[in-house]
Amino acid sequence: MTNVNYFKDQFEQLQDSGPATAIAELRTDGFDTFNKSGLPTYKLEEWKYTNISSLFDKDYQFANAGQSVQLSDIDAIRLAGHEQANELIFVNGRFIPALSTIRSAASQLVILTLEEALNGEYQELVKTHLGESSVYLKDGIHALNTSFIQEGLFALIPKGQQLTQPVYIYHIADARQQNTLSQPRSLIFVAENAKLQLTETYTTLGTAESFTNEVLEVVVKENAFVEYYKIQHDGLNASQVGSTHIHHIGRSYVHTVVVSLNGGVIRNNLNLILDAAGNETHLYGLYLLKGKSHVDNHTLVDNKQPNCFSNQLYKGIADDASTGVFSGRIIVQPDAQKTNAYQSNKNIILSDQATINTKPQLEIFADDVKCSHGCTVGQLDEEALFYLRARGIPKESAEVLLLEAYAADILVQIKPEPLRNHVAELIYQHLSIS
Amino acid sequence: MLSIKNIHANIEGKEILKGINLEIKAGEVHAIMGPNGSGKSTLASVLAGREEYEVTEGEVTFLEKDLLELSTEDRAREGLFLAFQYPVEIPGVSTTNFIKAAVNEKRKYRGEEPLDAVAFLKMMKQKMALVEIDQSLLSRSINEGFSGGEKKRNEVFQMAMLEPKLAILDETDSGLDIDALRIVANGINKLRNENRAILLITHYQRLLDYIQPDYVHVLYNGKIVKSGTKELALELEDKGYDFITDEADLAASL
Repeated sequence: MTNVNYFKDQFEQLQDSGPATAIAELRTDGFDTFNKSGLPTYKLEEWKYTNISSLFDKDYQFANAGQSVQLSDIDAIRLAGHEQANELIFVNGRFIPALSTIRSAASQLVILTLEEALNGEYQELVKTHLGESSVYLKDGIHALNTSFIQEGLFALIPKGQQLTQPVYIYHIADARQQNTLSQPRSLIFVAENAKLQLTETYTTLGTAESFTNEVLEVVVKENAFVEYYKIQHDGLNASQVGSTHIHHIGRSYVHTVVVSLNGGVIRNNLNLILDAAGNETHLYGLYLLKGKSHVDNHTLVDNKQPNCFSNQLYKGIADDASTGVFSGRIIVQPDAQKTNAYQSNKNIILSDQATINTKPQLEIFADDVKCSHGCTVGQLDEEALFYLRARGIPKESAEVLLLEAYAADILVQIKPEPLRNHVAELIYQHLSIS
Repeated sequence: MLSIKNIHANIEGKEILKGINLEIKAGEVHAIMGPNGSGKSTLASVLAGREEYEVTEGEVTFLEKDLLELSTEDRAREGLFLAFQYPVEIPGVSTTNFIKAAVNEKRKYRGEEPLDAVAFLKMMKQKMALVEIDQSLLSRSINEGFSGGEKKRNEVFQMAMLEPKLAILDETDSGLDIDALRIVANGINKLRNENRAILLITHYQRLLDYIQPDYVHVLYNGKIVKSGTKELALELEDKGYDFITDEADLAASL
């Protein structure tokens, strides 16, 4: 793996280029961990089914955000409902304010780079919460992101602000000239009684290889309400490790939906840390895999305080030679009495070459809890298929209808209608192309 | 319209149909009766194109075409309709969208333009009244949570929408109480006309009180052992299947 020396040079250059800030310290810690751990291999239990280290044989390079990405590139990928949205643009892992559009008033939505936030009134928030996810995600790939935190995003929804305009984050990787490694880093703080609807989506330009190694940390305070949508429908040359770490520090409500359609190798880590009594959190996922796609969803719900509720439903379809992985871990800490935690993973396999690995894990250290988990792997309902065909609907269309129906109960969890319709259309297109 | 000649069919290597012959002309209503396990539903399945059944011998001609060469969906688009004995529940697929897709697939097959939303709704309303089905059922997922009667009514509604040339009704009376049976039978009667043939498959005579067949056939042990007019059904009701099956068993043993 030739990248290690490259990372070392790049890291040293980055550290030498700026002052010794709290972020620079985090980077140093990150790089130490990366040096010790290296990239995760299948020998680690958490990475048993997903091999990303071999992807790094490809000599990825960091690319400057540069001027290469134009507004016209962005126009081509905007999500439905963007006319009303705050649109934040990352290029090659760097947050680019100049390409972004903030529609909400500054009193409703604060958008800064991480460096700016560290130097201003939000210094304490950044120092306290940036890097929290490292406690849970201890592997080398997470540390690699931390090693290169620069031009990251800081967003804050102030107290009592019920943000009506959603926040869309577009991650654009420019792989037109070279294999590109993007490492976006964001910290989002949702204050007391605030409301945020956040969507992330990913686009690779060009045909060289793209690897996105993202870390998003979200802190949710008392009575805050967060909807989080992640839409993955990128090229087959685009691989990704995306870690979303959501920390409830006050009694609050979080609703997440992760939809994975096209892509190369995708690993999603979704952590919900329920660190206040009475938290409620919902995790939904949908992966529709074709070709040689590989999607691995790792969820973690850590119940640290009493009376929390969590519900997870992940559904997948694996066709061709694709692989799906679901690993759902629920921890109920000793103090987390009266926890209600539910988890379900359902899969349909459409081909002999497709694989699903599903692994529910419950770790319960409290005695008065309600927890359940279950997983299924099945096939398309032949009887339903025959019924549709017997009414004159061709086999291929009948299959698409049934698969759409299967996906529907995740789709409806995307609450904003324009986004839901947009994703419904993507799903239809994705399923219809054989 | 439909000509079945010496059909033999297997499932999992076991022969169920052992040489069936049947001619059905446009406008006729035929009833196939028979005890459980005689092969009634197998015949319906073979005609509709269920792939688990293997036809080992014989031929079926439907409107001058070799039916057995057609895919399930093409049989439907040619005008064959099977009302299922056990209509399938399909959560997540709206009944209305499904029927619209089916209607338009058939139109496409015939080289016709798809119906627009207005024309489709108009057709729906008209057919809904015909078979006495409620709008609220049609806005739900296909058959999901429907009662037995609602499922069967939905089958007849689909038949009305698809306007088949040949409708095969597989035990459409099973699981219906007397009121539901009357409504379903009324719907079917309204769909009876000189261009359409209907094949009723039933265990009991009671459906035939409502839908009067032109011909009645008794299927036993994979063969049609007796054919007659609607009086045959009454005789069966009176004497039970034994009077025919004993005769058939005797004939077979000679």
